[in-house]
Amino acid sequence: MSEIVLEVRNIIAGYVPDLPILREVSIMVKSGSVNVVIGPNGAGKSTLIKAIVGLVPVSEGSIFLRGQEIDIVKPHLIAKHGISYVPQSDNIFRTLTVRQNLELALRNSGKNADLRLSELLEQFPILCDKLKEKAGALSGGQRQFLAVAMAISTDPDIILMDEPSAGLAPKAAQGILELLRDLTSSGVSILLVEQNVNQALRLADYCYILAEGRNQVDGKASKLLNDPIVGEIYLGGKRFGAEA
Amino acid sequence: MIQHLLDGILVGAILSLGAIGLTMVMHILRFANFSHAELLSVGAYAALVFDKIFKVTLPLMASAIGSLSITWALILSILFSMVITGASAVLFDRLIFRRIRENGQELSMVFASFGLALIVRNLIGLIFGLNTKLYTKEIVFATVLSRDPLVVVKLDQVATLFITLILMVLIHFVLSRTTFGYSLRAVGENPELAQVNGINLDKTIMVVWIIGGCLAAVAGVFYGLTNQINPMIGRDLVLPVFAATIVGGIGSVYGALLGGFIVGLASNMALIVLPSGYSPAVPFLIILAVLLIRPNGLFGEERQ
Amino acid sequence: MIGILSYIIFFTTVASILAIAVLGLNLQWGNTGLFNGGVVAFFGAGAYGTLLLGGTPQPDHIAGFELFYPIALIGGMTAAGLLAWVVGILTLKMRHDYLAISTFGVAVAFENLMRNAEWLGGGAKGLRGFERPFRESLGDGFVYNFVFLIAVVFCLIVTYRFQEILVSSPFGRLLRAIREDENAARSLGKDPARIRLTAFVTGSVIMGLAGGLYGTFYAFVSPQDVLPTLTFQIWAMLIVGGAGNNKGAVLGAFIIWAAWTFSGWALSRFAPIEAQLYTGSIQYVLIGLVIVIMLLWRPQGLLPERLVVSQSGLG
Repeated sequence: MSEIVLEVRNIIAGYVPDLPILREVSIMVKSGSVNVVIGPNGAGKSTLIKAIVGLVPVSEGSIFLRGQEIDIVKPHLIAKHGISYVPQSDNIFRTLTVRQNLELALRNSGKNADLRLSELLEQFPILCDKLKEKAGALSGGQRQFLAVAMAISTDPDIILMDEPSAGLAPKAAQGILELLRDLTSSGVSILLVEQNVNQALRLADYCYILAEGRNQVDGKASKLLNDPIVGEIYLGGKRFGAEA
Repeated sequence: MIQHLLDGILVGAILSLGAIGLTMVMHILRFANFSHAELLSVGAYAALVFDKIFKVTLPLMASAIGSLSITWALILSILFSMVITGASAVLFDRLIFRRIRENGQELSMVFASFGLALIVRNLIGLIFGLNTKLYTKEIVFATVLSRDPLVVVKLDQVATLFITLILMVLIHFVLSRTTFGYSLRAVGENPELAQVNGINLDKTIMVVWIIGGCLAAVAGVFYGLTNQINPMIGRDLVLPVFAATIVGGIGSVYGALLGGFIVGLASNMALIVLPSGYSPAVPFLIILAVLLIRPNGLFGEERQ
Repeated sequence: MIGILSYIIFFTTVASILAIAVLGLNLQWGNTGLFNGGVVAFFGAGAYGTLLLGGTPQPDHIAGFELFYPIALIGGMTAAGLLAWVVGILTLKMRHDYLAISTFGVAVAFENLMRNAEWLGGGAKGLRGFERPFRESLGDGFVYNFVFLIAVVFCLIVTYRFQEILVSSPFGRLLRAIREDENAARSLGKDPARIRLTAFVTGSVIMGLAGGLYGTFYAFVSPQDVLPTLTFQIWAMLIVGGAGNNKGAVLGAFIIWAAWTFSGWALSRFAPIEAQLYTGSIQYVLIGLVIVIMLLWRPQGLLPERLVVSQSGLG
């Protein structure tokens, strides 16, 4: 039974009110699925994620969580809505230790914090040895693991992640994407932005393609993997709904 | 020379307390707050008012503690003054700085702080008068630590240093052991990431103002205790406190702590070679030196 | 009648001199987004520089080189420019707060130096021995003041034209580009730090001109003339008039100077004897309120910055 965890309907969003980056974009995330958003540079992929968490103003359109329409989300309240967000870069606090990063993420978890921390360390053994080290001293791959650990610490329903494999060696990138895939077994839904199209499409269930701030094509990831239309959009070929 | 060293440390403690609040505000809100030093003035005068009230209403508290000139009433007054000064800092932000931030005029906050400093400083002068005041009318004798070379110190100064050090230990503890401390550091490092990790930016900013105000109140009272209370406290301290933040590196609380002592020491040691009339210019020379040698200060980081 | 006319000439002269300084600040803040917290230091460098170079030798202090007046004036402007260059080199690559604090510090140090260094500027007694140019031929009275006013207004007009040309020139475009988006400007191969330095020094030289004229007008300058008060006044003038707009700068100068002198007169006339000591404080509160209220209510000033269509090049 797949309910729709997150739905974005026709949103228009942008940093400056008269210059929208997203023009009527809609996506849907089904529970327990891995969804990936791809598209050429400047398509508005990161902006979409940021708009959902309230970091970019939305001027029109609606966002639904589990069927309920929600008002503008305040970034610091996303955990209450069951959302977690991992930015592309600078997604951990370099000047704090690994432990302090995790404790910070667990700040609002109240009495469960200690329990949750041990659970996270079990899930991410790589971080156990590094607890006292400053997060900035970790390798790229380790930092991404820490970022994901912080994201799942609040038991979210959906994790939004911006280019998880960016700057990582292929093996580490694969590791992160597989980790996200595994998370869905506990019911968490994933929405990713990715540049690494092939790797992402192999691990995803569903895929949306954005270009120039609009929806282009969407479909099952496995189907799109071999569909030439993906390449066309990236190379600036066929486009739907573009400006005349 | 030892006297200068001693005086420098004692003044440095006051500057450190003032600089901590300033460095946090400068780092998180990204503007040089020329009105921060006026909070020390507000603190000193607020404590004066409460002190007079308590001396009258609670005469038992008017007795001095040991051989200090500090009375229990003054201690209580400091606590009340911290509340008032912290509230004032939040009020100034709500009334002025936040509105300017929301209008997108970030750079204008510096001017506004100039204007606010003028208003606060001169209002204090209008309300309390331009003459100097003291917390106690009794003559405070200095203790002679050594006769040759002559080294004297007022016990009050020692007490203020002691309390300052305790406060600093407390601050260190909060910053390095509590999630609240982590959240302050997180906001300083990356406000957006801090928010998506559940930290309420507005609330944190308010807390930063409150902490800055409270520390400024303590610093102001100590300054008034070891010097005198007059409306120009803010004007006299604005450059030294800025120098302390620059020496320590903007955004670093530990830097501000050290910076205050460094500026205090340097200012007093400079009196060995420079005529005393030049002492107001010494903080500027210190800033110049920092810019030449190590522009980001001791612990500062480049943050664009 | 002559009395009122005399006063108007006096008022206009000072207001025009200050307007020149405000134009200098407009170049720094309005066009380039640089915060100069120590305007009075550059103003003062111009004043002291001009008087030292053009004055007669005095027993207590150096200088008194009796240079030809225009050279003395240029010397004063150069002093201001040099000071700006030193401060700018050190701070302009840092975050903008550093410039604010450093310039503020320069002003404090400058006043402090002039107050203490008797050998340099006469100390607290001030700098004497300067003869206003053409004094022998024009005398000391109404005629002289009128001629001097003409000269000052002439300088003001020249400065104004200079600024207007600058603003619509490619350099002006560059300044605005750097102010708005430094990274974009950098990607075009321009060095923002150097350009800012140029703007900062130029603006300070203009302030030095104002200072030189000011010192010439009074034939005297003392540490009392280089207090932070002047910085606040000039800031208020720019904020009220309109940052980024040269007409606004001049307008603001006249408005604020009128308000300042009027409030000073009104307070000394109508305030009770006991309150006379506090008239300064009241004026400071007023100017602080003017600054804060303008920033909250109409930050662009009375005459906002106009979108300039550059003279050369398209789009």
